[in-house]
Amino acid sequence: MTPRDRIRYFFSSHRTGLSVCLLALFLLVYPAWVGNPYLLGISNLIAVYLIAVIGLNLFIGYAGQISLGHAAYLGLGAYGSALLTVHLGINPWLAMAATAVAVGLTAFLVAIPTLRLSGHYLAMATLGFNIVCYTVMMQWDRVTGGPSGLAGIPHLSLAGVAIDDETRFHYLAWGAAILVLTLGLNLARSSLGLALAAVAQNETAAASLGIQVHRAKIRIFVLSAVLASVAGSLFAHCYTFINPDSFTIFNSVELVTMVVIGGLGSIWGSLFGASLIILLPEFLHFFETFRDIIHGLIVVTVLILLPQGLVSGLKDLLRMRLLRKANNARN
Amino acid sequence: MLEIDGISKHFGGLPALEEVSFRCREGMTTALIGPNGAGKSTLINCIAGTLNPDAGAIRFTGRRIDDLPCHRRPYLGIARTFQNLALFPRLTVLENVLAGLTPEAEQSFVKSLLRLPATRHRERLLRLKAMAMLDNFGLADKARWPASVLSYGDKKRVEMARALVAGPRLLLLDEPVAGLNGAETARIAMEIRRLHGAGLTILLVEHDMDLVMTVSDHVVVLDGGRLIAAGAPQEIRTNPRVIEAYLGRMSVTA
Ligand SMILES: Nc1ncnc2c1ncn2[C@@H]1O[C@H](COP(=O)(O)OP(=O)(O)O)[C@@H](O)[C@H]1O
Ligand SMILES: [Mg+2]
Repeated sequence: MTPRDRIRYFFSSHRTGLSVCLLALFLLVYPAWVGNPYLLGISNLIAVYLIAVIGLNLFIGYAGQISLGHAAYLGLGAYGSALLTVHLGINPWLAMAATAVAVGLTAFLVAIPTLRLSGHYLAMATLGFNIVCYTVMMQWDRVTGGPSGLAGIPHLSLAGVAIDDETRFHYLAWGAAILVLTLGLNLARSSLGLALAAVAQNETAAASLGIQVHRAKIRIFVLSAVLASVAGSLFAHCYTFINPDSFTIFNSVELVTMVVIGGLGSIWGSLFGASLIILLPEFLHFFETFRDIIHGLIVVTVLILLPQGLVSGLKDLLRMRLLRKANNARN
Repeated sequence: MLEIDGISKHFGGLPALEEVSFRCREGMTTALIGPNGAGKSTLINCIAGTLNPDAGAIRFTGRRIDDLPCHRRPYLGIARTFQNLALFPRLTVLENVLAGLTPEAEQSFVKSLLRLPATRHRERLLRLKAMAMLDNFGLADKARWPASVLSYGDKKRVEMARALVAGPRLLLLDEPVAGLNGAETARIAMEIRRLHGAGLTILLVEHDMDLVMTVSDHVVVLDGGRLIAAGAPQEIRTNPRVIEAYLGRMSVTA
């Protein structure tokens, strides 16, 4: 090996790690570069959503399932943190952890019966769960504050420093997002990730190779719910105010849109999808007005034309074209 | 090695298997033949755990396996291929074969999320093993291709490689050469003979009589879900009940 080969080998075998480091470096200097709190607020929202979207993408892309109710888990996380801190005065970090555990357990209990369903039935069941959660947030106003929501949620603090401005929250949220991104990339590249992808593509074959299909689906669903819960908690502590409107079925569709844009099973795609859907309304105002309709249209069109999602779908299409050509040329 | 004891399976009241009993001896290749719809695939599915039989017992190395969930059976050393290909189309050829190494792979969720050096090392070893198996089947140069772009013959071989990579004790092959051309058939036949020579126990469902006659030690014949004959290949060829069952449906060449 010449030194040059060695360098090339290093870069190719550490491609993923280096990409994550590069992103982390960029995010480290980003606040110094933009400085504008409004812009930081937008990128912070991307980070919070990204955590939930990566979880949902693992579920959709790697278990081959659909959830149209993930905003419910986001809501449970946000309300869990808010209630524990506002009503009981519990430390925010502790509240976040306790909520995540409780949401994980809830998801586990929901998953056992619902993940036996597939396709439309599963979509309906998850949608139904979201509606139930939303109704409880709206109606149980003595506890949740009803439609007017809950205010006065404390900020998180780290080593005595309250994370109460956009720059500080930037480091917290993106730190968490990068961590989740790394874990997601790890899982996707592991043998277990392979097993999950196999489940998504052919359950019968997967089972005959020793993969526990039902268990795999439950585990990935619980993981995705826990990630959504953490994202919800961060959301609550960032804005110090929440109301049920952030956790409707339309928000669930928005999460699915982010997954679908980036591509099913693509962790990097999730970053792209979350960024695009959050940034678009900033540039195109009609997008804000017709948000829910546009999200629905995006999901339906992309899934009909490119079932693997927009970015991965286009990538696959190109790759297949080239390989088919190569294969034909050879035979 | 494998004992099928009075297995019955009904689909909505219609019998697909009725009290079928026979044995596969260790190190032997048993051929399972019969006209289309005879219940051959249904039987393979019952042994592999894809379907649960309604009645009867299946024993593997003396142990009852018919109540074991499908995903436990590869751990005992039972591997299968499917009559209608069941590859993972969007995974690469190498990943398809790697999926066959599930029993040896990391199962811990936490370890997979952390991807510690020990886990990576283990994955690298599995990759090498899968690569070696692909090389056996002459598919190493297509390792990085998505399975869906392969030709039908290549796909059949990937399925064989996936079934064999973990080193099973019992191999269930459901029509491994159906739809293949002469050269491709010869290649699979050679591989089956090699495995047979290496002492693997095989249950082979096949219509290709040349292949059945040359590779099998024992032949079992199903018709309409019932076992109508069993014996050495030469006996089966001249058995009047077998000839009758095939008459008008397909010809026993060979
Ligand atoms: N999943 C199923 N549902 C209903 N009927 C089935 C199913 N699988 C097989 N059958 C029926 O069982 C019979 C045996 O089928 P099969 O085992 O596939 O036959 P073979 O493999 O010998 O051609 C056929 O009549 C077929 O129609
Ligand atoms: Mg069949």
